[in-house]
Amino acid sequence: MDEIVKDFLIESKENLDRLDQELVKLEADPSSKELLASIFRTIHTIKGTCSFLGFAKLEKLTHTAESLLARLRDGELSLTPEVTSGLLAAVDAIRLMLAAIQETEHDGGEDYTPLIARLADLQNPPASASEPPLPTGLPAAPVPLATSSPADSENAKPVQEASAVPPVLDEDLADPSKLGGLLLQRGLVTPRDLAQALHQQEIGRKRLGEILIEQGAAHPEDILAAQRALESRNPEAAVETIRVGVTLLDRLMNLVGELVLARNQFLQLRNRVQDTAFLPLSQRINLITSELQAEVMKTRMQPISNVWNKFPRTVRDLARNCGKDVRLEMEGQDTELDRTIIETVKDPMTHLVRNAIDHGIELPEIRKQAGKQPQGLLMLRAFHEGGHVHIEVTDDGAGLNRSRICEKAIERSLVSRQQADRMSDREIFELIFLPGFSTAEKVTNVSGRGVGMDVVKTKVEKIGGTVDVHSAEGKGTTIRIQIPLTLAIIPALLVTSGSERFAIPQVSLLELVRLETGKAIEIVHGAAVYRLRGRLLPLVYLNSELGLVTHPLPETSDTAVSIVVVQAHGYEFGLVVDGILDSEEIVVKPLGKQLKKISTYSGVTILGDGHVTLILDIPGLARRARIISESQEPSKIGKVPEGMVVTASQSLLIVENGSRGRMAIPLSLITRLEEFPASTIELVGRHEVTQYGGKVMPIVRLSRILSKGGPPSTAANNDDPVQVVVCSESGRSLGLVVDRIVDIVNEKLTIESPGQRGGVLGSSIIQRRVTELLDVVALMHDESPTVSEPEAPDRKGV
Amino acid sequence: MVKEVIQFQPITRVPLAPEVIVGVMNLRGQIVSVMDLRRRLEFPERPCDQLPVNVVVQAHETAVSLLVDEIGDVIDVQEDAFETPPVTLQGFVRDMLRGVYKLPERLLLVLDIERVLDLENFTHETNAAIDMDLHKGHATESARRVQ
Repeated sequence: MDEIVKDFLIESKENLDRLDQELVKLEADPSSKELLASIFRTIHTIKGTCSFLGFAKLEKLTHTAESLLARLRDGELSLTPEVTSGLLAAVDAIRLMLAAIQETEHDGGEDYTPLIARLADLQNPPASASEPPLPTGLPAAPVPLATSSPADSENAKPVQEASAVPPVLDEDLADPSKLGGLLLQRGLVTPRDLAQALHQQEIGRKRLGEILIEQGAAHPEDILAAQRALESRNPEAAVETIRVGVTLLDRLMNLVGELVLARNQFLQLRNRVQDTAFLPLSQRINLITSELQAEVMKTRMQPISNVWNKFPRTVRDLARNCGKDVRLEMEGQDTELDRTIIETVKDPMTHLVRNAIDHGIELPEIRKQAGKQPQGLLMLRAFHEGGHVHIEVTDDGAGLNRSRICEKAIERSLVSRQQADRMSDREIFELIFLPGFSTAEKVTNVSGRGVGMDVVKTKVEKIGGTVDVHSAEGKGTTIRIQIPLTLAIIPALLVTSGSERFAIPQVSLLELVRLETGKAIEIVHGAAVYRLRGRLLPLVYLNSELGLVTHPLPETSDTAVSIVVVQAHGYEFGLVVDGILDSEEIVVKPLGKQLKKISTYSGVTILGDGHVTLILDIPGLARRARIISESQEPSKIGKVPEGMVVTASQSLLIVENGSRGRMAIPLSLITRLEEFPASTIELVGRHEVTQYGGKVMPIVRLSRILSKGGPPSTAANNDDPVQVVVCSESGRSLGLVVDRIVDIVNEKLTIESPGQRGGVLGSSIIQRRVTELLDVVALMHDESPTVSEPEAPDRKGV
Repeated sequence: MVKEVIQFQPITRVPLAPEVIVGVMNLRGQIVSVMDLRRRLEFPERPCDQLPVNVVVQAHETAVSLLVDEIGDVIDVQEDAFETPPVTLQGFVRDMLRGVYKLPERLLLVLDIERVLDLENFTHETNAAIDMDLHKGHATESARRVQ
């Protein structure tokens, strides 16, 4: 494609975006001559270039639009919403044609005659106003002078234009940002003289000011003053900008990243060099590299207005479609974000804005009834704080309706009614982020189709951000997005596992624990846990998860163990590694296509010594190790009304007790799960015992306890293995014989029917089954009356 | 498509990666996945004492380094010597080939690099035996010559 066409496309695209904004602003302020002039100029430029390039259809459309604008400018027509809509429709059509040109180098096969007709129609005001005089001073006669617009080099057109529309020339004449226009505006030169002078300028080589003076058309002092005014008016223009391709910037960023890595390597070697001249030089290189990095990062920063600029138009159109009256206010448009963040946040923001208008802000009548202003307010705010970018979308609409959300969630089986009743307002509001929630009752053109709140949340979280929602019924809603500022360079902790090194991003890191001996690690039913300040921390062995070692689970042994306590989506767990190295700032590089999919890695980096090191994706690892499940369960957010006993979230072993259903035993009381041949259980008086760990341990058969009576059955006096759960507390042990071990869960308990029979603390719903909670301590008491009691057991909530 | 050829470099293993991916490598600051061509074409493993060579290829905007046994020559071939793989050629390898060049002394297989690198759509499904006389050197020459 020709360079000219390419430039035309880029420039026109920018112009059209600006047009959107200006048209909406114009609607709010129809008398603004500047806006109108600017809009006219833009359309005119597009028309000129496309006619020059031979895009006939585009030219026809822009021509009609220009005529319409001319009438507006001349005051022959007043700006009504229909006219604005017509113009906006024209802008859209132009966009479509530009897109077609980009693809096919033709302005498309669409037929725009209806639109053209509509625009032509709009030119005739409903009640014809009396023809006001043409703008002061501009001659009606065509002045066939060449100007900057190439369109006028076309032969047939200019004459026709001149009669239908005030001559092209006048537009540039009147441009107050040029010398001639400024003089004209100040009344220091007549239009005819100016026109003639411009003509001279084209032919000759003198400057406009000189020509005017020569002709005696203006005074030298006036011209000087005008020139000075122009210069001082352009401080914004003084900040020159140039257009740079985005790929070039990306390459630049990459190179700087490389430089940072090389600098890191360089610094490592620095210590080895004895030469005294070397040190200050290396310092300099260090400094320069850091500064370069900072500056280049800035090039990627764009103001959020790039995203917000299209919203005035969007809001206007949407509000009209919904029959609502909405005022858009934006604060913090200059807030800068990295380009990738802008890309990510674009669609979610659009969705939030649409939501606010479609569902948030009420119809004017309803608002009036509620005592509010009929015009709703939609406010966008952006600001930097604490290393994060905060973006807020606030509306003063109806707010989130708790019961409606509950109903919908229950309907879609996202929560049960009991859970919903127990949840706080905040928790209910967060339900809107669950996948499956976003289907609106009726899918309107506006929202409720595909891009839902869950996508908003996922996209934001993917770049490390968070979303939350605050709402007050009847007052309004605020959605707040928080995103960390820098992406590519992160602080990380280096660890070793299985003779390989890995990096753990600091954002996932909670603390480091070093155990002198592995004995403190407890293994329950194959799961390793560690008691960290009273809480049970599930352990994940990194070398095992990554398949670096073949044996399934390392035994708890005497050697020292290093645990990195990490968190993913609010869940904590301990990552067992071979060794912990230093913390470093690392440059995150993406993995290739074939490796991107592996959920346990979020990228790769090159360390100071040149080695390639994988960066662990902690949430991915957590999912793989089943610490967190694929979906976010709402069961973690329960709140309990009065009258029930609630425990802290704890780990429980679920066992099945023959036909009597399920029982739960707190993991903290369990030492081991064993299997004995039935014959090892001996009878002492009425009690069953077994020899365990060099001591005599009482055995209790769950089935016997809970079916209330019956002597211990020794019928199974063979070598069939029995499952025994060994519990201990305060020095006492007990072996519980169960029929089947089901699972280990980690839950908050709501004990619903406390203590109906001995040995049972109550019952609760776990994994959707009624599960009784074993009162292990009481059982221990009962079964071992002969054992001297230590101090009374501390019955803090089981 | 072939960007460069370099000698064997240290490779960082990537646990849990597909088996054909041996790991990743630092190519002057760029991270490049390393794929063992023998494994990809389902040939027997290279003997331990034989050091492979890296052939860095580019397709789908990513660069991947193929581990091959040895590099042959760069040769020019006549277009009319080209033929699509014979229909009797069964098995997975057939998917990986664009065709064959009939050279005076032997046949030169032409790899379809895009498919070789495409682990999503082109992996082995059947266990068909590969009944052909595949000189291991051929595969490397083809990789070199593919445009």
